[in-house]
Formats: sequence, structure tokens, C-alpha cells
Amino acid sequence: MNRQAPIQAKTCRDAPILKERGQREVFCGLTGIIWLHRKMQDAFFLVVGSRTCAHLLQSAAGVMIFAEPRFGTAILEEGDLAGMADAHEELDREVARLLERRPDIKQLFLVGSCPSEVIKLDLARAAERLTQVHAPHVRVLNYSGSGIETTFTQGEDACLASMVPVLPATEERELLLVGALPDVVEDQALSLLTQMGIGPIRVLPAPRSSEAPGIGENTVFACLQPFLGDTAAALTRRGARMIAAPFPFGEEGTTLWLKAIADEFGVDDATFERVTEAPRARARTAIANASAALRGKSIFFMPDSQLEIPLARFLTRECGMEAIEIGQPYIHKGLVGPDMDLIPSGPVISEGQDVDKQLDRVRAARPDLTVCGLGLANPLEAEGLTTKWAIELVFTPVHFYEQAGDLAGLFSRPIRRRDLLKLEAVE
Amino acid sequence: MKLTVWTYEGPPHVGAMRVATGMKGLHYVLHAPQGDTYADLLFTMIERRVHRPPVTYTTFEGRDLGEDTAGIFKTTCQEAYDRYQPQALIVGASCTAELIQDDPGGLAETMGLPVPVIALELPSYQRKENFGSDETFYQIVRHLAQPMEKTPEVTANLIGPLALGFRHRDDIEEVKGLLYEMGIGINVVAPFEATPEDITKLGQAHVNVLMYPEHAETAARHLERVCGQPYTKTVPIGVGATHDFVAELAALAGVEPKTDLTRLRQPWWSKSVDSTYLTGKRVFLFGDATHVQAAARVARDEMGFEVVGLGCYNREFARPIRALARDFGLEALITDDYLDVEKAIEEAAPEMILGTQMERHIGKRLGIPCAVISAPVHVQDFPARYSPQMGWEGANVLFDTWIHPLVMGLEEHLLAMFREDFEFHDAAGPSHHGGHAPKPMAEAGGPAPQTPRSISEAKTGSEEAEIETGTDVMVWLTDAERELKKIPFFVRGKARRNTETFAAERGLSEISIDTLYEAKAHFAR
Repeated sequence: MNRQAPIQAKTCRDAPILKERGQREVFCGLTGIIWLHRKMQDAFFLVVGSRTCAHLLQSAAGVMIFAEPRFGTAILEEGDLAGMADAHEELDREVARLLERRPDIKQLFLVGSCPSEVIKLDLARAAERLTQVHAPHVRVLNYSGSGIETTFTQGEDACLASMVPVLPATEERELLLVGALPDVVEDQALSLLTQMGIGPIRVLPAPRSSEAPGIGENTVFACLQPFLGDTAAALTRRGARMIAAPFPFGEEGTTLWLKAIADEFGVDDATFERVTEAPRARARTAIANASAALRGKSIFFMPDSQLEIPLARFLTRECGMEAIEIGQPYIHKGLVGPDMDLIPSGPVISEGQDVDKQLDRVRAARPDLTVCGLGLANPLEAEGLTTKWAIELVFTPVHFYEQAGDLAGLFSRPIRRRDLLKLEAVE
Repeated sequence: MKLTVWTYEGPPHVGAMRVATGMKGLHYVLHAPQGDTYADLLFTMIERRVHRPPVTYTTFEGRDLGEDTAGIFKTTCQEAYDRYQPQALIVGASCTAELIQDDPGGLAETMGLPVPVIALELPSYQRKENFGSDETFYQIVRHLAQPMEKTPEVTANLIGPLALGFRHRDDIEEVKGLLYEMGIGINVVAPFEATPEDITKLGQAHVNVLMYPEHAETAARHLERVCGQPYTKTVPIGVGATHDFVAELAALAGVEPKTDLTRLRQPWWSKSVDSTYLTGKRVFLFGDATHVQAAARVARDEMGFEVVGLGCYNREFARPIRALARDFGLEALITDDYLDVEKAIEEAAPEMILGTQMERHIGKRLGIPCAVISAPVHVQDFPARYSPQMGWEGANVLFDTWIHPLVMGLEEHLLAMFREDFEFHDAAGPSHHGGHAPKPMAEAGGPAPQTPRSISEAKTGSEEAEIETGTDVMVWLTDAERELKKIPFFVRGKARRNTETFAAERGLSEISIDTLYEAKAHFAR
């Protein structure tokens, strides 16, 4: 468990960052609603925006979630743009109708969009007003998922950060896990930590608003995802303290993440070994099997989910891949620093995007695998490059030991498929 | 402000993208915030296109707003021109950029680019996707097409097909075949795979074939006025409509209405005895106006269905759809709110839905089979095989796709004969659907309870299946409930509904076997 990187060896943390501005081929933060609304079972996400916002949500979901989804868009119309007072009245009316139809809703998020921000529709004021109207049954919060403020997974950050100020206060020494993960993964994390005797453990976001965690000076928290910078800052402002660690992807990342928490709670090495030994061994075996097709292959990350740096760490250190470029929409070293420490310098680290220029670099490098968004994947495949769509990494259970093999499998499947298909004419 | 869960149409700039992506040699510079690039995936994923849409977005962010977003637009526009060297540019704003009023058209004009620059004004807060495609194509035609000398031979333009269209790719081939048989040459197909240079030659054709009015009617009217080209009003979907189309086009072009029917199988497939089970099937139609209009005629005249409801989501065509509905003795449903559509379908309780992917999901919820006839599209609507809707092969395809969701003819008779059989029972659904058969509405919640119950509890787990029958609580007696179970599932929903209506009209609070059969006799046709 030597976490100290040798001082001479330069790592990615010290590498110069290529910062680019130009066309960004990324989703906006509204996209996060697609997984957040499944996780928070008594919450409704009401986007105050345009037809484009509604169209994005249904297109990004890929398939329609046809149990009546707990999200919708209040589409601004010509009249709403003319007079602000009317827009607020209209919003109040739509919210009242919605809550009447959905009495199961306990938390309502008013989600700001590009148009609502450009016309300066004050959703914070609307949320306060609506909370008073619908108290105590429903709490109304607001955050921005707009493309002018947020990139893809940053929407989850903005949502969770909006919840922090209204969390109850507590003096208890508690561990808070931050980030919306699929239940199966969350349960594994809770089980490993509980077996080490760590507790009580709370999760943000809680599945129901009645189970919201308390925050105070004695709270320590660990982020489950590398894109929760604003949430971490908001928790710190409430007195909580962050445990920095590499993110729990792969055997190594999971072990380091757990170890950082174990050290904070004074878990002895023997206990740590006892709890982690068997799942670590399983993870190593699973990764060895799933990563056979990845060894020695090169990978290029287009900026998309914010998971790029931790995943590059996993793929280079545990799956034997070589990273050519690791692009992230934005780089928050306070969160991904520990992962960057583990990646030897070499790959280009880029922040932001000018998509045409970046595609030129992809074509020049011809990587064995390119991680990119859905808009780019088929065009690159048609040029003979193999791709992995990034959005699947956000929807699929990929954290912790038992999913480490699946995570490697997500990357190896496109390569195995490329090798498997025999579609050309036989000579 | 209007609360929307699912939308049938995207914003108007997506319509403009569908025109640009359908064409070649045209580039669209779109002033839009970060995030609007999501629209690329519609084309690369749903339609499996091998190129990114020819669209460059400015993707401005919050920090740019106080600064020079107009400057960002100009830089983007110049870089896009330099990189892609298009024959023409279209420029415009998405919903957010419309608010910041940078005037992309005016900015681009000042740049002195050496190619035509066409400015689009697409009001995002009033109009939708189909308006966007129609207006964009019209502007391109208005800027580039001129009156010209007609070609020596009789030729036509095919106008309307574009990217992300419902079977546009295959409809083009089918319509080309129809024209070939009549001796009419093809001048230009547009927007689909046309270049701006091709658009300048539109005026040479003798006539325009307007394939999809929702995408090209304004352009067709313009060409009629400016280039003196008449255009076809009939959309050749279905046997009758294709005959009418051939006659109409022949008259406009001054040629013989020659056509080759050897590949047309639909009429015999429909007349053959296996199809008798289709008689009077109650269908509900919803989609874009073009496809609904055509499907209504096919359903009634060529399949022998009973149309119990119809409507469209594109309000621009409300008038013709209302007139059509009146012909069918119905009131048209003109809405873009899928909850309204779901409600109307529940109330009409059809045996089948002909709709969009939205209605397919509604059908899944209600246990009603559905065939998809119209956009908005889904990856399934881009089959690898040839599958047109138009022309003679289109008529064959309609027959196959519409009966596919249903229990097959002979199978339906066998189900009635062997309905107590342990494996060949009605709840098993169509045998050719494997485990994915839609669950019949009345079965959705498992076996019927053995005790009398009020129908308000009889909702079988899905509150959506609720049947409104007035305020009186009505009870099905055990025997009647058991008898109802013996009725094949595909008519059971109708039998339950008719019986309850019958009982309600007579103020009965209990339904016995006698009530069931009295209702049957009452409703017998």
C-alpha cells in the first residue's frame, strides 16, 4: 500500500494541460436527470426550458422510459418571454397541476436551462415561493442543468450541491458517500465498509427525501464520482471533511479508495485485508480475463463524462493499455489529483475541446480504441476506428471490485467484435 | 408554458438539420450553446449515418455571454467554411441564441464568403421541427432555384425526402420506379442527397412530385409560382392512392398513365380467406398528417378495418385531417401531447394502433398491438432491408407490417376452438412473437379474481386500463366473470366494455351471464 509516488517520476498531475476552446461535442447537464430520477424515487425534475431541452432528454435517454417518467419540461412559449411576472405565474400553475397529479412527489427540482438563464428567470426565488406554497408535503429546490453552465455529468453535481444547504445538521461522526450509483454497486460499497466496522454510513442522494443524511463538523465524506466538485465544496462549507482518494474503478482504485476511508476510521490492516482479500482476488481474476484483448492496445479519450482520468488510470495500470490522449471537459485536481498521480506522464492531457482539431489528432494517431460520445462513434467506426461510447460508462454499474471485470469488458467488447466480424469478401 | 413529457417533434433547428444532413455540399452554422450538439446523435445513432451531420455549432458558454458571442459566431463560421468548403452555407440560431439576438444571418452576410449564405429565421418558441424543415428547404430553393428552360424530355423533381425520415430512403426508389414506367425522367431529388448546385437546376423539370408535404409544400408552391411547375397532391401510399398518383402525375406531365402491377400482391393477400379475420378490426390512427391520411384510406378500403379514431401531431395540417375525420364519421385528434393521445386510445379501446413509436409504447402499456406508420423515428424504423411505404412494393410492405403485430388468421380461429388448451391458450399471445407478445389488456394483472368485485378494482394492476362507466358501482358476478374469460382475448376487452355500457344504460348494478349475452345480442351487427 505504498501510495507515495516517487518524487522524480513526473506524473500526469504535473504534465502541461492542453486547453482548447472551440466546438464542444458534449451533452449539457440536463442529461443527468435521466439517471437521477431513477435514483431518487420521490423526486420530480421539472426543466424550465425550451422544446430543445425536452427533445434532448428524450433523445439522450435513447429509449423512452415509459413508466410515466418523473421528469418533464415546462416549455417556455412566446408569451413567457415577453413578461417575467407571467412566466412565474405560469410556472406556479404548472407546478400545482403536476403536484396534484403526482401526490407521491416529495421533492421537486426546478431545473434551469439555457433559455431560462438567458432571460434571467429567477428559479431560486420560484423555488422558495413554491416551497412555502406546498410545504410541508413537498420541498422545492432548484439548480442549473444548462449547457451554458454545466457539462453532462456536472448536472448531477449541480443537483446534489443544491440539496446540501437544506440537509439537516448533525453532530454525529458519520461517513457520507456522495454520488448516485446503481443500487447494486452502492450496496456492495456499504457492505465492504460495514464489514470493516465503519459506520454509520449515509448516502447522498438518499433514495427518499425522508432518509436525507445530516451534515456537520464530524461528517467525513468520500465522493463516488469524479465530477462532484461543487457538491464537495458545499459539504465542506457545512463543516464536513473530504477523504481524497483515487476513484473506485478496478481492483487498485477500489482498494485505494477503501483504504483511504479505512485509515480515516482507524481500521487495522488485518481487518482491511480480511474484508478485501477475497473480492480483490476475484476482481484481479475478472480483469485478467476481460482485459486480454486490451493489453498493448492504445486508447484515446475524447472529453465527455468526466470519468476519463480515473478510467485512464484503470486501463493503463490494470489492463495494460497505452493512453494517447486523455481529454476531460474540465479538470478539477482536487478530485482527480490522486488518480493523476498514478498515471505516468506521457499521454496528452487535454481540457475543453475543439472537436474538429481533436478529431484530426485521433485520425493522425489511429488509436486502437477511441472513447467518445454517441454523435462521433459511428462516423469514426466508418473510418475504420474502433470506439466505445462514453454514455454507457455513466449508466452501467462499473464501480468497485465485483464490477471491475465488467468495466474492462466494456472496453474490450468493441475490440473483440472488430476481430470477430468477417464481413469482407473472401479472396 | 406547457408541461411536456415526450415530444413528437423537436425544435425547428432540428428540422433545418434534417434538411442539411440529407443534402451534400451544404453546411449549417448554428449559433447554439454547449449541449445542443446532442442532435448529432439522432443522425449517427438512429439513422446509423457514417458522417457527422454537416453542422458546426458555436457552443457558447456562460462566460461568453457577457463578451462577444457575435465574434464567436463569425470565427466559427469562417473556420467551418475553411475546413468544409461547402457550395453554400445556411446559418441560424437555436432557441437560446435566438434570445441573445446576435443575428447570425446579418453577421454572416458581412463576412464576404465566396458562396451563397442563406439565413434562416426559425422561431423556436412558436414553431417546431416540421416547420423548420419546410421553411429551411423553402429558403434554400428560394435562394438558389431559378426559372429555367425545361429539359427536352419529360422530367420531374422528387421533393421532400430528407434525413431521419420515415422510410424516405426506400420511398425514393419506389417512386423513381413508378416514374420510370411512365417514361418520366428524374431531374433532381431534394433535399435527399442533393447538392446546392443540384438545387439551382430544379427549374428544369416539368413537374414536381411532392412526396412529403410536411417537408416541402412551401417549396412546391414557390416553384409552381416562380418556375411554372405544377406539383402532385396525392401521396402514393396504398394501392388506391398509388393508382390516383399515377393518374394525377400522368395528367400533369402529359404522358400515358402506364404502370406495371406484376409486383403488387397486396390486393390478393387482402382478399384471400386467411385475411377474413381482419374484417372490422377496430384501429386507431395517429402520426404525421401525410401518413395518417394515407393509412386511413388503406385501413378502411384495402384492409377492411374499422377506423375508430384518427389524428395528427403536426398542427399545420389540422384542416385536412379534420376533414378526413369527418369523412370517417369521427372527430380528429389534433395534439402534440402524448397523454391526450393515450387517453383517446384508451377511450376508443381499439384492437390495434397504427401510430408512431410513442403509440407503440402506449400500446405496450395498454396491451394493444401497434404497427408504426410514421415519424418520429426510432432505430427500428431504419431496417437494413428494402422496406418502402410508397408505390406497389410499399402497399405490400404495409400489408405485412400491419398484420405482423396481430394473431395470425388461422391461429385466431384455432384459439377460439381450443381456448381451454393448457399451452394453446389466448393469453399466450401471437405465436410468432416469442416472449415479447403484448399482454392483452384484461390479462395484464394475472388471473381474474374468483369473487365478485367492483369494476373499479378490476383494473388488473394498471390504473391506466380503467374503464369509465359512470358513478354507479358495478359488480361482475362470478359466473359472468368466468364466462367473460371464455371469450377470446382479442374481443374480450370489447365485450367487457360493451356489457358494462349496456348495464349502465339500464341502471344495472350487477352483471350476470344473462346481462353478458343480452349485451352481446344488443351490440350484434
